[in-house]
Amino acid sequence: MQEYAIDYVLIPLIKIGIVFGALSGVIAYLTLLERKVIAFMQVRLGPMRVGPHGLLQPIADGLKLMLKEDIVPERADRWIFTLAPVITLVPAFIVFAVIPFGPTIHFLGRDIGLFITDINIGALYVMAISSIGILGIILGGWASNSKYPLLGALRSAAQMVSYEVALGFSIMGVLMLSRTLSLVGIVEAQRDSHVWYVFLQPLGFILFFICGVAETNRAPFDLPEAESELVAGFHTEYSGFRFSLFFLAEYAAMIVISSMAVTLFWGGWLRPFSSIAALGFLDVIPGVAWFALKVVIFLYFYLWFRASWPRYRYDQLMKVGWQILMPLAIANLIITAVLVLAFGGAK
Amino acid sequence: MSTNPALNETLFDASELTVSMGPQHPSTHGVLQVKLKLDGERVIDAECVIGYLHRGVEKLGEHQTYGQFVPTLDRMDYIAAVSNCLGYCETIEKMLGIVAPPRAQYIRVIMTELNRITSHLLWLGTHALDIGAMTVFLYAFREREEILKIFENYCGARLTTHMFRIGGTQYELYEGFEDQVRTFIKDFPKKVDEYETLLTSNRIWIGRTRGVGAITAKAAIDIGLTGPALRGSGVNWDIRKAKPYAVYSEFEFDIPTGSMGDTYDRYMVRMEEMRQSTRIVSQAVEKIPTGPLMAKLSKIIKPPVGDVYHSIESPKGELGYYIVSDNSTMAYRARVRPPSFVNLQALKQMVAGHMVADVVAVIGTLDIVLGEIDR
Repeated sequence: MQEYAIDYVLIPLIKIGIVFGALSGVIAYLTLLERKVIAFMQVRLGPMRVGPHGLLQPIADGLKLMLKEDIVPERADRWIFTLAPVITLVPAFIVFAVIPFGPTIHFLGRDIGLFITDINIGALYVMAISSIGILGIILGGWASNSKYPLLGALRSAAQMVSYEVALGFSIMGVLMLSRTLSLVGIVEAQRDSHVWYVFLQPLGFILFFICGVAETNRAPFDLPEAESELVAGFHTEYSGFRFSLFFLAEYAAMIVISSMAVTLFWGGWLRPFSSIAALGFLDVIPGVAWFALKVVIFLYFYLWFRASWPRYRYDQLMKVGWQILMPLAIANLIITAVLVLAFGGAK
Repeated sequence: MSTNPALNETLFDASELTVSMGPQHPSTHGVLQVKLKLDGERVIDAECVIGYLHRGVEKLGEHQTYGQFVPTLDRMDYIAAVSNCLGYCETIEKMLGIVAPPRAQYIRVIMTELNRITSHLLWLGTHALDIGAMTVFLYAFREREEILKIFENYCGARLTTHMFRIGGTQYELYEGFEDQVRTFIKDFPKKVDEYETLLTSNRIWIGRTRGVGAITAKAAIDIGLTGPALRGSGVNWDIRKAKPYAVYSEFEFDIPTGSMGDTYDRYMVRMEEMRQSTRIVSQAVEKIPTGPLMAKLSKIIKPPVGDVYHSIESPKGELGYYIVSDNSTMAYRARVRPPSFVNLQALKQMVAGHMVADVVAVIGTLDIVLGEIDR
């Protein structure tokens, strides 16, 4: 009984605590990273005042947002207005339940997987849960009872429908190759076949990442909150802590998409060139570090996009989604299916 | 929306959304209010509400002496204060029948062209920012800063400079002026190329600007558009060439024109204008003549009875002054023909049928300054 309690209650609780804490910290410092990286791209310094090189800036920002007055517009739908940020934030966090950060390790006489849980429909779970988040954006924009948020919410509704589908199609090639929906299983399949799926599914990866950027409402697809057109889009009427929940959710979603890209296409926690024995010394670095490094690289791409590109227009976004990404995703799916059938799938 | 007008009348509230964009909006470049009627995201109608920045500049001109009025005019188009100043000083000189000495004329041309570059840089930065490309904004401001340093060294002010006086210029060039200008014009064309690598061939940028806010040459002339907004439609009309003032006839430069009259063409026209301004400055700085800075004129300026209209090519278009004198120390009537005000009238025509996102693109491409519109 005691063993059971440790395995199924205590250890998962500890893992959840660690993941939640680490994730909050990463999100906080991702905001600083964004400001710093974009600042350097724009020949300026970024935050420098709070702590050395602005290192304490996220803490100051968090405190400020929490202490600000909590305003609910008079004519807003109070319940939905309050609920919307929570609906957006919670899914963004609980997606991490299935993301494998590292392999199963032997620790204190137990085999502990560096993931909260490994379910056999992991990829599906991520897709399903992460799409709930946009519901919060729509509700928030609608409940604000204001025009700019309403337009922002309408945009995100359209964006969600357009890109969710292509996103789903883009990962199917990987699922066919690995023959599993478990994210741990997908990484292990990449380990066993000695090739990361990005090399077998380059188109699938590109489609996945483009759609992922669009799913997270980030530049150049940041239409729902296009500040130069819609003031602040769906969160125009939000302030203080409620606003920060939307903000956290956006950054959490960025990490989710980056983690998924790493897990599905870039070998998860595996080190590069896992088949070359001469590079065995790289095994010294734990899998979690490889995973984190790869995720940071993708996050950097997010920031790079934001610094470089203008924003799509609503109708162009739809056009790109339906007329370019969708056909490509389906073509990728069909070609992969034919090749898997011909050569027998996971090598 | 139904095609039956009677039905639309009854469904008015259901099918249209009226959004008040501004006067406090990040992309209306000041305190412009645009009342948009939307069908979904599509603009049915746009109405500009102006006047939030009205300070009665023209009326002030009747109660300040001719010399005192100059700094007030700097506050109209505060992005291109030097142009405002040049236009006014030349108008009064025309009334008095005097001409500024050559040295002053050259300084005026150099400063005005540098000011044209700062104005276009500010336009570029904010226009790109409105369309979502934020980095260009900071790059443009980096170069703008270099010009503002030259202004500051010359006259102590950066923005509302009060650079010239009626009859010439007040200040002698500072030591090292030529070198500082040469350094700037040597580097600047490369910087323009740098902005272009970020925008000109970017698919999203082309998508956001090609075909947006297109206006034919005829419609542009009918409205009275001037400046890059007119040249983008393919009309080769630049007062520097058409009715040369100052000493522009002594320099070689081209007038870039577009062909389709859309936002992208106007963008390309302004980018090329920055290069051409660099060309003018590089020619002028090499042959600044020596001599006096001020023409001979009495301390108290009393132009003869009469009226005069004089216009110059400001960065935004034709900036004209109409001054009526009754031979006193103050103008009987001072009237400004502001390019931004006239150019803004094209907004309604340009945005009709486009999306909300295009409204900010069109406001950006018209390059308006509210200080000049409202005066």
